Amino acid sequence: MVAAANTRLRLEASHLTAMFGQHRAVRDVSLLFPANTVTAIIGPSGCGKSTLLRCLNRMHELTPSASVQGEVLLDDVNIYGDEVSPIELRRRIGMVFQRPTPFPTMSIYDNVAAGLRVNGRRFRAEMDDAVARALQQAALWDEVRDRLHASALALSGGQQQRLCIARAVAPQPEILLLDEPTASLDPAGTQRIEELCHALKRLYTIVIVTHNMQQAARVSDYTAFMYLGSLIEVGRTDEIFTKPKVEQTEAYITGRFG
Amino acid sequence: MTGLVVALSFIAVLALVLILGDLVLKGASSIDWAFFTRSPVPAGQTGGGVANAIVGTGIVVGLAALIGVPIGVGAGMYLAEYGSGKLGFIVRFIADVLNGTPSIVIGIVAWTFIVRPTHRFSALAGSVALAILMIPMLARTTEEMVRLVPHSLREAALALGYPRWRTSLKVVARTALTGIVTGCLVGIARVAGETAPLLFTALGNLNFSLSVTQPMQTLSLQIYVYATGPFEEWHRLAWASALVLMGLVLMISLTARWVTRQRYGSGS
Repeated sequence: MVAAANTRLRLEASHLTAMFGQHRAVRDVSLLFPANTVTAIIGPSGCGKSTLLRCLNRMHELTPSASVQGEVLLDDVNIYGDEVSPIELRRRIGMVFQRPTPFPTMSIYDNVAAGLRVNGRRFRAEMDDAVARALQQAALWDEVRDRLHASALALSGGQQQRLCIARAVAPQPEILLLDEPTASLDPAGTQRIEELCHALKRLYTIVIVTHNMQQAARVSDYTAFMYLGSLIEVGRTDEIFTKPKVEQTEAYITGRFG
Repeated sequence: MTGLVVALSFIAVLALVLILGDLVLKGASSIDWAFFTRSPVPAGQTGGGVANAIVGTGIVVGLAALIGVPIGVGAGMYLAEYGSGKLGFIVRFIADVLNGTPSIVIGIVAWTFIVRPTHRFSALAGSVALAILMIPMLARTTEEMVRLVPHSLREAALALGYPRWRTSLKVVARTALTGIVTGCLVGIARVAGETAPLLFTALGNLNFSLSVTQPMQTLSLQIYVYATGPFEEWHRLAWASALVLMGLVLMISLTARWVTRQRYGSGS
């Protein structure tokens, strides 16, 4: 059932411009994120890739002086429409940040349950199942099953990041946004997160921002290259990395700038 | 340079050691069971205790905390979470001015607005004065503590679909909780020793009283009256009361320390 619903799901940015005051951080970007795929957004620092990501779940507008023009369509509904509640929207779209952000006062269990509780879920058994399922999806279950009520801060950095992924997927969102999720992790931690991307795309539509081109090549089905706020090129990952159509893309992926 | 700094900090510590030592020398001998359990006896007689003042301090300060902590912490939360605009600037400015207001002036305010209209000195009026003294302190320390919570935690909660108020309460305030509690305890310890705001509000009472609408004795008022009185017996009790008050404040401060320790202990 869930899979069937997901195949119809479409996330699409249409002529999207994101501003900080007068500065246009994202310029007229139109981009489709196909269901149950991993789309990587790459580009040099400051190219607007994180800002674009944050427009997809309306986190961008939380920054003072930030504004958005254009549309983001989720199942053909503009998420910037008047009738869409950003709070409800964010419950449908999970997000994981650059640095692990476990809630320090909560146990491992409560961290994963946080997003469920805010959705009004309260039956204990149901909650236990949902937490276990989320931790399994994040490949953390075997490491923490015996200490679910220990502090989340007792985990290593890589474990904390997987905990954040578990927290993001626990409410069963439709889309998962990853903002450089491995930036603060060691190679082993990075590898585990990348493996997760492959496993989780069966269930979710994933958008990952990364400045690591090898990572984009390893995890994604589609790659979008951004530069100075504009979308330069988008295509199947193997094509982007083997025969890019635009000169700038080739220069970037071959390491001649950025 | 290091030597100078060490010498200066030694002088700072010396003041505390001298005060404590003096209090123990002059006060400890007068502290016995009756001191804690009995009320004062009429002037000129020996014996008696300060049970009324100890209980009174508890009531007046406790009531002040009950009034001041919610308002102070609430104002601090507001300043940290929503206080970036003009109103926040004004509130912050007023809190700073209030923080620097002499405590006796705050006593006069409580007298004007509570004692005079009700035609009676009362413990409640004293508590209100102490609460007013406490509020700006708590507001500013709470603001500082809440600001220390990393922005990334707020974002993580908001990205999960938390409404703003729930983010403030469940994530931000809870993360800053030990800091806020420490700030409250320090604030309470600070006002527990105040005398000036109580002089014409709680007034003092030589009898044991539990009624907050009546004048009530506190340790600080007791010390003031006894130390300035003519009797040797009173001076003795004043020293002992000072030692007890100092011990009380020290205990609250130590609790604050302990709370802070808990936080960093669980963090590592």
